[in-house]
Amino acid sequence: MSPIADIPLSLIVLCSGLGLVLIGLWGMLTQRNMIRMIIGFSLTDTGIHMVMVSIGYVTGGTAPIINAAVPMSEAVNRVVDPVPSALVLTAIVIGLGVTAVMLSFAVRIYKARKTLMIDECTESRW
Amino acid sequence: MIKRIFIMMMLALMALIFVQLATNYTENTSLTRLGSYYAENGPREVGAPNLVTAVVVTYRGLDTLGEVTVLFISAAGVGLLLRRTRRKADDEDLETGDRAEETTGTHKAASEIVETATELLLPMVMLFGVYVFLNGHLSPGGGFQGGAIIASGTMFLLLALPESHISRLLVALTESLSGFSYVVIGVLGVIMAGGFLDNRIMGLGTYGDLFSAGAIPLIYTLVGLKVGFELSAVLDRFRKDDTGPV
Repeated sequence: MSPIADIPLSLIVLCSGLGLVLIGLWGMLTQRNMIRMIIGFSLTDTGIHMVMVSIGYVTGGTAPIINAAVPMSEAVNRVVDPVPSALVLTAIVIGLGVTAVMLSFAVRIYKARKTLMIDECTESRW
Repeated sequence: MIKRIFIMMMLALMALIFVQLATNYTENTSLTRLGSYYAENGPREVGAPNLVTAVVVTYRGLDTLGEVTVLFISAAGVGLLLRRTRRKADDEDLETGDRAEETTGTHKAASEIVETATELLLPMVMLFGVYVFLNGHLSPGGGFQGGAIIASGTMFLLLALPESHISRLLVALTESLSGFSYVVIGVLGVIMAGGFLDNRIMGLGTYGDLFSAGAIPLIYTLVGLKVGFELSAVLDRFRKDDTGPV
């Protein structure tokens, strides 16, 4: 077996997620355009979801749906943890709501100032 | 410049923490105690093959109610921020008359192919959304996913037929009625079964049937309708016409 095949699947997802979190943080901190900052937030959000899903993975596990494919008696040994999946489901919805509110703030600011650059809104700072 | 260096240093420190996390990571070989409790007792207690649904709707049902509330508040916030400023828009129309005409007067119609495809596909997209939330307890899916599919159908409609109108009254009525029924089902759980949002107010039925797992299909239908209409309303708010002259 090649050395790449030895890397656990969830580690790849975990590293991609952590990488996305870093890219998103970089975007939020360095970009001056509000839409790009919101995209940075979305990237961080998605990265955190990937980290949570990867932590719930159990070696060789399958989707936590107990039907003909995974009989009830074997369920405990064959499924991945349902709790992080449920948590991510909630987190995606909350992230969506937060993004929608941020975007509508951006629309409002653009309407009032005709610009999306955060540097030109410094007088709104307290 | 100093700010840039500071940001880079902070990101490097974060990266260091993450590298430590990733190098010390070992994959789980068995479920946690909570996870194995759900895997062992979930199908028997809740009657839903999909354990994620069992956790989201029944075991942690109160959290899902909170989640629905957060989504409702954010939809209301978007509605408040992007509300139609009718009088101001009219004033600006007078000032920049020719520009306003350019943006609002001539909606470039979508091509016939897009319109026909929309008419053909839209019912199927909506039907698929309904399928996903009705089968939430049997297959991967559920109210939130189904609602998102319904909203994507609305997006489709708004892109292909920009003149189409979404009734605010219908949206408000569906949203509040389904939210209210969700809470009523929760309270019925306290009265008739073990606690708030207990799904055993209806019989568990045959394991794996469409109408089984007690109140879960009912709750997910309500959640799906609520989320679908809410997200459709949010998308509608982001339309160009609604935000006044740009």
